[in-house]
Amino acid sequence: MISLTSPVETWAHRWPAGLKLGLLCIATMVLFSVQSLPWHAVFCGIALMFYALPGRRFLISGLRRLSVLWPFVLLIVVWHFVLSDLPAGLLIVLRMVTAVALANLVTMTTRLSDMMGVVRWLTAPLRVFGIKTERIERAIALVVRFTPVLAAKGHLLAMAWRARAVRRVGWRIITPFAVLAIDDAEHVAEALRARGGV
Amino acid sequence: MERSITLIAIFAALIAALGLMPTLMLATGVPITAQTLGVMLCGTVLGAKRGGLAALLFVGLVALGLPLLAGGRGGLGVFASPTVGFVVGFPIAAFTTGFVMEQLRNQSVGLAAGVSAAIGGILVLYVFGITGFMFVLGKGLGESLIILGVYVPGDLIKVVLTGFITAGLAKARPASLLSRS
Repeated sequence: MISLTSPVETWAHRWPAGLKLGLLCIATMVLFSVQSLPWHAVFCGIALMFYALPGRRFLISGLRRLSVLWPFVLLIVVWHFVLSDLPAGLLIVLRMVTAVALANLVTMTTRLSDMMGVVRWLTAPLRVFGIKTERIERAIALVVRFTPVLAAKGHLLAMAWRARAVRRVGWRIITPFAVLAIDDAEHVAEALRARGGV
Repeated sequence: MERSITLIAIFAALIAALGLMPTLMLATGVPITAQTLGVMLCGTVLGAKRGGLAALLFVGLVALGLPLLAGGRGGLGVFASPTVGFVVGFPIAAFTTGFVMEQLRNQSVGLAAGVSAAIGGILVLYVFGITGFMFVLGKGLGESLIILGVYVPGDLIKVVLTGFITAGLAKARPASLLSRS
């Protein structure tokens, strides 16, 4: 499965994931405590500069990911325009865009394996309580594999529906879809047990 | 144990796969995705503990950077966007749904699933969703309720569907309905 890590190699790819997450926490806290519009414009500018530095391809894919926020930007700007309190609206919009941009930046420059390393480090204390943390990793690996398999099976079900029915595919395929999923889970559980269990 | 892990993993994957399904359009033009339907099913089928863990696993993978949310969204940016409350609320919604489902053992499966999905998947999920929305966008409770209220009809449809689908699963795979075992 494709993760959201950018294929464009940046210098930030080599930074430790924990450091990036820590910096992101601090940056987000600063963003939500500062209440001045000019500062938020500066922060947003800096975030966009980070996107522009690694080149055009990185910038475009980054901006495309931010574009999902447009309904909220529109909503807030119109809302505050009607209330004739546009500066407050702009502050909210800038803060939201910068916070999401910085968070996306961490995701784009951190590989899944590095993120897993952070998870392993964070869950390590749980081992003291006798929780087998490697089961979390096993479950993550299973989801990564199950998702495309399930999506493909759902697609086949939808095609089978279209081949037989006049009406468009509806909720009725979800029950057989869930049955397929449950059967898959039971088979994989059997296979895992046969290989020594988890 | 193996069965618990694979069922938890498959339901996390099911939430993701339902997000890939084409969105249904309501009469009002508001798009609804089947993703929260997956969260409700986690609770009604797997019960409180395992259902909550499945949704938690899903949210964890979104945070790690997998594009599992509807529309291929994912990554840490989700947790700074206005919909953060809904994503963070998924595990608690699934847990509550499963918890109510387990309390309603004496009722028929379909009715019990519908009631639990309404409590967990709408009531609890919206408490989190509205809180996140208010926080990120700096809006009051009333304003947020008006804006997010347009999604409630879609969610009510999903509650009914959860009832039908869970009842169907209870007939097709009774042994796998862990909330009733």
